Amino acid sequence: MALRLPRIGTSQVAALVLILAANWMVSPQFFDIRMQDGRLFGSLIDVLNRGAPVALLSLGMVLVIAMRGIDLSVGAVMAICGAIAASLADSHSLPVVLAAALGAGLACGLWNGLLVAVLGIQPIVATLILMVAGRGIAQLITEGRIVTFTSPELAFLGSGSVLGLPTPVVLTLGMLALTLLVVRGTALGLMIEATGGNPRASALAGVGTRVITVAVYMWSGLCAALAGIVAAADILGADANNAGLWLELDAILAVVIGGTSLFGGRFSVILAVVGALIIQAMNTGILLSGFPPETNLVVKALVVLAVLLAQSPRLGGFLAGLGVLFGRRP
Amino acid sequence: MNFKTLLLATALSGVAAGALLSAPAQAAELTIGFSQIGSESGWRAAETTVSKSEAKKRNINFKIADAQQKQENQIKAIRSFIAQGVDAIFLAPVVATGWDAVLKEAKEAQIPVVLLDRDIDPSGKELYLTAVTSDSVAEGKVAGQWLVKTVGSKPCNVVELQGTVGASVATNRKKGFEDGIAGASNVKIVRSQTGDFTRAKGKEVMESFIKAEGGGKNICAVYAHNDDMMVGAIQAMKEAGLKPGTDVLTVSIDAVPDIFKAMAAGEANATVELTPNMAGPAFDAIIAYKAKGTVPPKWIQTESKLYTQADNPKAIYESKKDLGY
Repeated sequence: MALRLPRIGTSQVAALVLILAANWMVSPQFFDIRMQDGRLFGSLIDVLNRGAPVALLSLGMVLVIAMRGIDLSVGAVMAICGAIAASLADSHSLPVVLAAALGAGLACGLWNGLLVAVLGIQPIVATLILMVAGRGIAQLITEGRIVTFTSPELAFLGSGSVLGLPTPVVLTLGMLALTLLVVRGTALGLMIEATGGNPRASALAGVGTRVITVAVYMWSGLCAALAGIVAAADILGADANNAGLWLELDAILAVVIGGTSLFGGRFSVILAVVGALIIQAMNTGILLSGFPPETNLVVKALVVLAVLLAQSPRLGGFLAGLGVLFGRRP
Repeated sequence: MNFKTLLLATALSGVAAGALLSAPAQAAELTIGFSQIGSESGWRAAETTVSKSEAKKRNINFKIADAQQKQENQIKAIRSFIAQGVDAIFLAPVVATGWDAVLKEAKEAQIPVVLLDRDIDPSGKELYLTAVTSDSVAEGKVAGQWLVKTVGSKPCNVVELQGTVGASVATNRKKGFEDGIAGASNVKIVRSQTGDFTRAKGKEVMESFIKAEGGGKNICAVYAHNDDMMVGAIQAMKEAGLKPGTDVLTVSIDAVPDIFKAMAAGEANATVELTPNMAGPAFDAIIAYKAKGTVPPKWIQTESKLYTQADNPKAIYESKKDLGY
């Protein structure tokens, strides 16, 4: 009896397993996990922990892309929210800090959403505005320096642990569950897919496309804010010049690796997170391997190419055709 | 500046030629324009702050134009300084090329130009008086020599956190460190990766180094191309249960305030200063040039000073923290 694999997600999970196996080959202690000061410690945990910011971004990005949009501003929003959190951390209580940072993220999302849904500006241009301006705003908040803080409550969000798991991982799992609950537990996911597939038809069918679009950009802003808080908490400071730099591209890549089309429509939240883990597993593997740093980007590009090729239906058909051709040979 | 002042300055310098550098009063009424790049980093902000206070010390009328990282703004600023007839122009060039035309204008107006912190394309050598920069190879070398001296004859595996791949500072600091440890066969670099000069990447890369080197037991020292990466690496070591500063030696470059905080806490061992005081030596060169016509060497190299835990890091932190780093 032939083993039947699920139709979607096979290539992503296979890619993740292959990359983890490759990491194990370059670094035999890759799967070693031990307890260190009450938290799990090992390369595998690093993959989860370091992958958390991009995974958080991809949770917002996947919904935006499903609406046939794109959010280039998430990296800059991370910098803004990290800067706000770090600036307030030592003078205000944690709830105030979180409310301010997450509120800023929602406001950034609202801005993007209004530009796209109300003014009808193309998403790539609309979010590019905040991508460029946002980093400047973050630099204004930090006055161009690295703002450090000592608040242990905020630091806990970056380097603490819950039941041995690093806090960023727990936060990401929580947000993943929440996202799934909202988009799959209600009709919202269906409406997002419908709007992404054909906004006009959906609007005519009674879907509130405009409100949903704004809401989805706000969700993306919220996820970016959380990622920014985690990034700032991790290094006990806000680095406006570098926090979240180019991570919007990693988030888009994670979503695309997860099989969601940039043309909108169908999407998978879980596979976007798997995509983020693939990217991080690759990054961690490169760091463990001891290759010279000049090769980092080339290795990364080759692996991404391989993962995307493996998903290409045309290439699959071509290879199957080759198989048939060679199989028939006597 | 008028002829009288020049005469006075010349006369005074004739009396006390050696005291010129330390006797700023004669420089009164010198007006110097400074085209600063912008606020690209904490160090740059500190350089601006220190330049202002150095100018004040010498009683110089100092005008700073912030170029916001744009060459066109710098060129505009230089033209405006020429129009104002300043006595000298300082330039921290944002890029290496494209300065020939505007520097020729300054030369025709007989206004000497001093480059700060960065050099320009060699074709323009005759267009400026001197360049005050640090030697990033020397910085790496000082760091390497400190490590060799500190470990003595014990074997020492070093992990290196490099700056951004391709940045000349990173290449030079790497080369300098390698030169510094070249004579000691017991000190060797076992791992080297880029941390992009940032805290976050420094921490992430260090986490991987620790795992790849038996939980950090095989690591004797960390060398980072800047202090920010080291601050991240120190956090990674602490989270892995290691004691940076005692179990693992640390040496990095830049001397930003936060590394002194870590040194005061015993978590960092040494840093090599990239001084934010580039303007000081430039002022002195201009004062000597204006007063006596002393032509300074084409390159004034700033000192790459080593700081360790013995240098009262707490006091240095207090003195540096308000410079704008």
